[in-house]
Amino acid sequence: MKRSRFPFYITLGVIVFFYLPIVMLVIHSFNASRFGGRWMGFSLKWYSQLFYHPEIWQSLERTLVIGISATGVSVVLGTLAGLALHFYGHTSLQKVHYVFIYTPLVVPDILMGMSLLLFFVFLGIGLGLFTIFLAHVTFCISYVAFVILSRLQDFDNSLLEAARDLGATSWQATWRVLIPHLMPAIVAGALLAFTLSIDDFVISFFVAGPGATTLPIRIYSMIKHGSPPLINALSTLMLFVTFILIGVTQRLIKEETP
Amino acid sequence: MNPSSRSSRNAWIVTFPSFVWLIIFFLIPTVIMFLIAFKPSDPYGGVGVGWTLANFRVVRMANFFSILWRTVWMSGVTTAICLFLALPTGYYMARVSPRWRQVLLFLLIVPFWTSFLVRIFAWKSLLHPEGVIKKILIWLHLIDPQSSLLYTSGAVLMVMVYSYLPFAILPIYASAEKFDFQLHEAARDLGASSLYTFFKIFIPNIRRGIWTAVLMVLIPCLGAYVIPDLVGGPNSQMLGNKIAQRTFVDRNLPEASWLSAFLTILVLAPMIATFILQARSKEKYSVLKEGP
Repeated sequence: MKRSRFPFYITLGVIVFFYLPIVMLVIHSFNASRFGGRWMGFSLKWYSQLFYHPEIWQSLERTLVIGISATGVSVVLGTLAGLALHFYGHTSLQKVHYVFIYTPLVVPDILMGMSLLLFFVFLGIGLGLFTIFLAHVTFCISYVAFVILSRLQDFDNSLLEAARDLGATSWQATWRVLIPHLMPAIVAGALLAFTLSIDDFVISFFVAGPGATTLPIRIYSMIKHGSPPLINALSTLMLFVTFILIGVTQRLIKEETP
Repeated sequence: MNPSSRSSRNAWIVTFPSFVWLIIFFLIPTVIMFLIAFKPSDPYGGVGVGWTLANFRVVRMANFFSILWRTVWMSGVTTAICLFLALPTGYYMARVSPRWRQVLLFLLIVPFWTSFLVRIFAWKSLLHPEGVIKKILIWLHLIDPQSSLLYTSGAVLMVMVYSYLPFAILPIYASAEKFDFQLHEAARDLGASSLYTFFKIFIPNIRRGIWTAVLMVLIPCLGAYVIPDLVGGPNSQMLGNKIAQRTFVDRNLPEASWLSAFLTILVLAPMIATFILQARSKEKYSVLKEGP
C-alpha cells in the first residue's frame, strides 16, 4: 500500500521553517558587514563590541539574580502544590486549588502583567526587581506543579505504606522514598522555571518600573532602537547557552529513564 | 495524634503555601483589574475616587471594533495555519520509527527553549528590506522591490505561526502516538481512500489533541502584544497593543483595565466552551467510551 508523501514534506518544511531564521541569525553574527544584506567576511568584532556595553552585563546580572531566587521559591511552592493535588486531589478544596494552578498557564502574559501592575500600584508597592521576582514566582509555580504532578502519576503509593510498615516515620518515608523519586522532576521543574524566568519579557516589562532593566527588557529596547549586528552576537551567545542547557537536561532525563 | 488529624495537617502543609500565594498574586490582582475598570482616572496617571461607567467610552474610539476584529481574525488564521501544519507533522511523527521520532521531537522542542525575543528578532532580520527573503522574492519576480514585508499584518501572522506552532504540534503528536494505526490499515483494506481515512478515522480519534492545540495557539494569540509591536505596523495593531498603549503612553490605568477585563472575557470564552463541550460529550459518549 502506498503511503502519501505529503506528511513527510510538511514535516520537512516545518523543520526548515523552524531553523532557517536561527541559522541565518548565527551566520550574520559573524558577518563583518554593518548591514546584514551582504557577506563581507568572517569577523568576531560584534562579539568584542559586546564588552563595551556594560549595561548588557548589568541587566544579565539582574536577570540571573531574579531567575535563581524565583526558581528557588517556586520549586518549593510548586512541589508542595504537586503533592497536594496528587495525594488529596479528590477534595473540593483541591479542585479549587487545581483551577488556581491551571489558569495562570493559559492566561495570556499581558493579562497577568497588567493585573499584577494594578495590584502593586493599588497597594503602593514600588515597582522594581522585587516586584519582578514576585511576578515570576507566580507564573513558575504552575509549571513546576505540573512537572511534579506528571512524575507522581507513575509513583506507587504503596511504597510509602511499605516504608511506614517497616517502621519509618512519616517524615522519613517522605524524605527517603518520596523525595528521591521526585528528584528528576524537581530538577526538570527548576530548569523549566529558570528558563521561563530568564526569558520572560511581557510580565517583567509591566511590573519593572524604571531602572529594573532585565536582559529581555534590554534586548527589547535594543531591537527597537539598537544596532542589529550587536543583537545578532548577543542572541548567538544566548542560543549557545540554551543548547548547552538542553543537552544537560536531555542527559538528566536519559539517565533517569533507562 | 490520630491518623486522620495528622493527615489533614499534612494536607494543610502542602496546600497552604501555593494556595495562599496564588490567591494573593493571581486571584486578587484579577479582581482588582475588574474593579479598576469601573474607576475614573486621575490627571496624574493614577486611579481616581468613586465609580464610573465612563471607561466604556473606549468602545467608541474610532478603531476599537476594527482592532477587536483584527485580533480575532488574526488569531483565528494563525490557529488554522498551525493546525494545517501540525496535523501532517504530528501524523508523520507518530508513524516513523522510534529513533527518528526522538530526533524529530528534539528538533521541535529546541526552538521552544530559545528566547522568545531572539526568535522574533531573527524573523525581523529575515523580513528586513535588506534581508534574504525579500531578495529571493524580488529575484523570483513575486514582489515589487518597493513593497515592504516587515511592518505588515502578513509579518505578524508569519511570526505568530512560528512562535506558537510547537504548541500545536506537541498535543497533536501526543494524541497521534496513542492512535491505533491498525484502524487505518483496516479502513484502507476496506477500500477507503487515503484522504478519506485521514479525515474520517484519524482526525476524529485525535480530536482531544486537536482541541488542546487550538486552545494553546488561539489564547496566547488573542493576547499577543510583542509580536505586533515589533514586526507589525500601524495597521496590524491588536488588543494587546492598545492595553500597553493605554498603560505606558497615555497613563490611563482605568481604561487599560477595562480593555484587559474585556480581553479576559474574550479569552475565557473558548475555555468555557471547552468545559461545556467536554461535560456534554462525557454524557453522550459515556456508553461508547474510548479505549484506555
